[in-house]
Amino acid sequence: MTALQEVPAQDAQAPAVVRREALHFALRNGKLVTGLAIVLFLLLLGLLGPVLIGGTPNAYGTRPMQPPSGEHWFGTTTFGQDVFTQFVHGLRTTFAVGALGGGIAAVIGMLVGFVAGYRGGLIDEALNMFTNIVLVIPTLAVLLIINAYLGVRSVGAQALFIGLTSWPWAARAIRAQTFSLRTRDFVDLARLSGANTWKIITREIAPNMSSYLFMTFILLFGGSILIASSLDFIGLGPTEGISLGLMLQNANQWSAMQLGLWWWFIPPGAGITAVVGALYVANVGLDEVFNPKLRET
Amino acid sequence: MRRYFGRKLLVYGLTFFVAVTINWMVPRFMPGDPVSSMVARTGASNPAAAETMRVYYTGLFGLDQPIWQQYFNFWATLFQGDFGISIWAFPTPVSEIILGAVPYTLALMIPAILLSWVVGNWFGAYAARRKALDNAVLPIGYILTAMPYMWLAVLLAWGLGVVAGLFPVAGGYSFSTRPNWSWDFFLDLLHHWTLPFASLFLAALGGWAIGMRNMIIYELESDYSNYLSALGAPQRLIRRYAFRNAVLPQITGLALQLGVLVAGALVTEIVFSYPGLGSLILKAIQNQDFFLLQGTFLFIVLGVLIANFIIDIVYVVVDPRTRAGMAGAQA
Amino acid sequence: MSLRVSDLKVYYKTLKGQVKALDGVSFEVGDREILGLAGESGCGKTTLGKSLIRMDGRMRHIGGTVELDGEEMPIGDDRRMNAFRFHEVSLIPQYSMSALNPTRKIGKMVAELLHSRGVALDAGKLRGRLDAVGLPHEVLDRYPIELSGGMKQRVVMVVSTLLDPSLLIADEITSALDVSTQKAVAGALAAFRDDGLVKSMIFVTHDLSLTYQIADTIMVMYAGKLAEKAPAKEIVEAPRHPYTRLLINSLPEVGVRYADRKLTGIAGSPPSLLNPPKGCRFRDRCPLAFAQCEQEPPVVEVAPNHSVACWKA
Repeated sequence: MTALQEVPAQDAQAPAVVRREALHFALRNGKLVTGLAIVLFLLLLGLLGPVLIGGTPNAYGTRPMQPPSGEHWFGTTTFGQDVFTQFVHGLRTTFAVGALGGGIAAVIGMLVGFVAGYRGGLIDEALNMFTNIVLVIPTLAVLLIINAYLGVRSVGAQALFIGLTSWPWAARAIRAQTFSLRTRDFVDLARLSGANTWKIITREIAPNMSSYLFMTFILLFGGSILIASSLDFIGLGPTEGISLGLMLQNANQWSAMQLGLWWWFIPPGAGITAVVGALYVANVGLDEVFNPKLRET
Repeated sequence: MRRYFGRKLLVYGLTFFVAVTINWMVPRFMPGDPVSSMVARTGASNPAAAETMRVYYTGLFGLDQPIWQQYFNFWATLFQGDFGISIWAFPTPVSEIILGAVPYTLALMIPAILLSWVVGNWFGAYAARRKALDNAVLPIGYILTAMPYMWLAVLLAWGLGVVAGLFPVAGGYSFSTRPNWSWDFFLDLLHHWTLPFASLFLAALGGWAIGMRNMIIYELESDYSNYLSALGAPQRLIRRYAFRNAVLPQITGLALQLGVLVAGALVTEIVFSYPGLGSLILKAIQNQDFFLLQGTFLFIVLGVLIANFIIDIVYVVVDPRTRAGMAGAQA
Repeated sequence: MSLRVSDLKVYYKTLKGQVKALDGVSFEVGDREILGLAGESGCGKTTLGKSLIRMDGRMRHIGGTVELDGEEMPIGDDRRMNAFRFHEVSLIPQYSMSALNPTRKIGKMVAELLHSRGVALDAGKLRGRLDAVGLPHEVLDRYPIELSGGMKQRVVMVVSTLLDPSLLIADEITSALDVSTQKAVAGALAAFRDDGLVKSMIFVTHDLSLTYQIADTIMVMYAGKLAEKAPAKEIVEAPRHPYTRLLINSLPEVGVRYADRKLTGIAGSPPSLLNPPKGCRFRDRCPLAFAQCEQEPPVVEVAPNHSVACWKA
């Protein structure tokens, strides 16, 4: 009996119409378009930059401590390394950690959330307890211990451990959503027609909250980037290669601040802030697109 | 209520158990033989420390003992308050070094977290009321939440410290002074404390403001708000109720954010070489001092668990529903 | 005459255009009268209920007037409407289960609400009203979560009628309750009228059989317009509008007389109110539709107190 029912209800529309409508609002949503544009621009820079510029990011150069110029767009470090080359390589690593870490966390979060929310009962209790335990342990502290003992650290291992420790809030959120979906008619119907748990989760429940899952992934993506940058900064980053966090660590370790080499520490931090901030803003935009209630006002 | 606290304590107890187990397991099951390589690395610089380490690890891994016995021994030493001997500051016990650093970290974190929470909620509540303020709070809030803690710290240190010369950018107090109970030393402490505090405060502020804004807007659209409006209650009353109800999830949010806030404090300390746990961790890593690292880890976990429990108590005081013996906050 | 609504038009502002949820409705509610408002989802009955007390942000008062006890209510002006709310017009909302602030004891909430409206709390009166609906006085010391659904419903009923409003709007209040509670609630509402706590009442529901039990007059709406309005007995026993007839026929039980009828739903759904069709809005679903239905039928009083908007009535 709400006023919204006076226009045709969403359920009555064909999926294609809903999708077209979502796209219609998506293209008109300033937050989403701006956020995505920034993320895509930086992603392309990270993907193409290293290819176009070439060179190795950590190679020492002959002209140390140069301010930004036509030759060195972002200047050079105390070792003559080109900051822009490091930046584009670092972006690539940052996106990789975000996608991998966020992806792993999303998969675990979904598995735990779906199973706990759909099965309920004792399984739910056990998974809930497990989730709460991982939730209370300070993530970074665990990562410190693990990474400190790893002699050789790679981007992949870093992302893996971030993914393994940062899923709990997502699991809790997905569990709550699943819980509200599991008593709906279409789920009942699937259950009556003999579909097993896995099928119901993948065919009925997950597609019905796909937008929500996607937004969860985006937040996990951004979170992974921030955690990775903290680890890098403490000195537990990848032992090979470069990342935006490692650039900050190097700048801090070699007193860039005291030497006035602002071009060394501004770009990596700005890069992280831009990627994560743009992701968050795009997420708010997505929320408005998928949630008609927010859209109307 | 007893059930509520019972559940919480069970989770915290299990968490501590898991943390200790991780602490025991990680060095044991890492690929290769980290112990021998560690002892070898340390031995080059400090033979006495290497010997301590070898003895400790032999005891820890017990070599000739069954695994459950080793695990049991680990717990036993822990309960004696024995976290091992620091390699970096040989032969000071790890617990002593940590206890020396904890006050600095707490002095930095507690005010920064509480103030950012209060001020952030306040900003958020106002933003939900005024469109103009909302348009300013939202973008700034998002930028602040997206900023890595250490970058904001570096920016502040550089701008207000190095360039403007207003604040010192390194240490907990001037190198020329020794800690003592004088007014001058206190001012010196405060002077060094300001920038790290401001950095931590600002970095956490945005998240609280955005969270509060969204919660208030949600509460203002809730049924009880609509009912009061329909009965002509003034906005003042409705907002007061909305604020009260919106604060509750923010308290839960504080508990959920503790891990992130602790991580933020650690890296902020590193930027400012502030003599707290963060700097200890950095030294431990640089000096391959694993006793110190593991001890700090357990201290941080313990601190976070205690903080969680305090928040739980506060929640019970603030939310009448938990006191009424009904479901309130999630376990 | 307690309430007089004339040619009321209230539209919703949406991105796609204006939804004409209430498109020229006129009716009156007398003193001590209970008007039952019935119709399918989206017929405009909830919009009408909201318009009389508080429009939501997307509703626009396009035209028409509402008079309560001879005084015109500024329904489009949220601020000036406040003077009428609670004192003159009150509401028992659909969402009674969640209408009370979860973190305030009920007694304190009532006191704060009254204080904010500049009314002194009359504790004796409040207790008397609680007694009348069978609630113990201790509920005032309880939080809403400690009460059962039925108790919360009754608390809201007491709160809403505390200032003896001239008009009470009860919006789908029974939809969340089980059948026996529904009857009790409907009975309590009728008692409010009988005891003079409220002068008149609009009882909005999609449940015609329940309306029939307490309403003096029933008004059936369709697609933002009045279809038929008549004394309750007449609507049920001798409906004139084809839509009312189908609505009555679709009921499982309204008196024994209809028990042997086949239960038929009404095929099709109401037209979009974004661009409502010209002429009679029920035309597309009406079994009796003919050429003249291209023109809009006027509301005609076919018998005393019996108005119908249909060419064939």
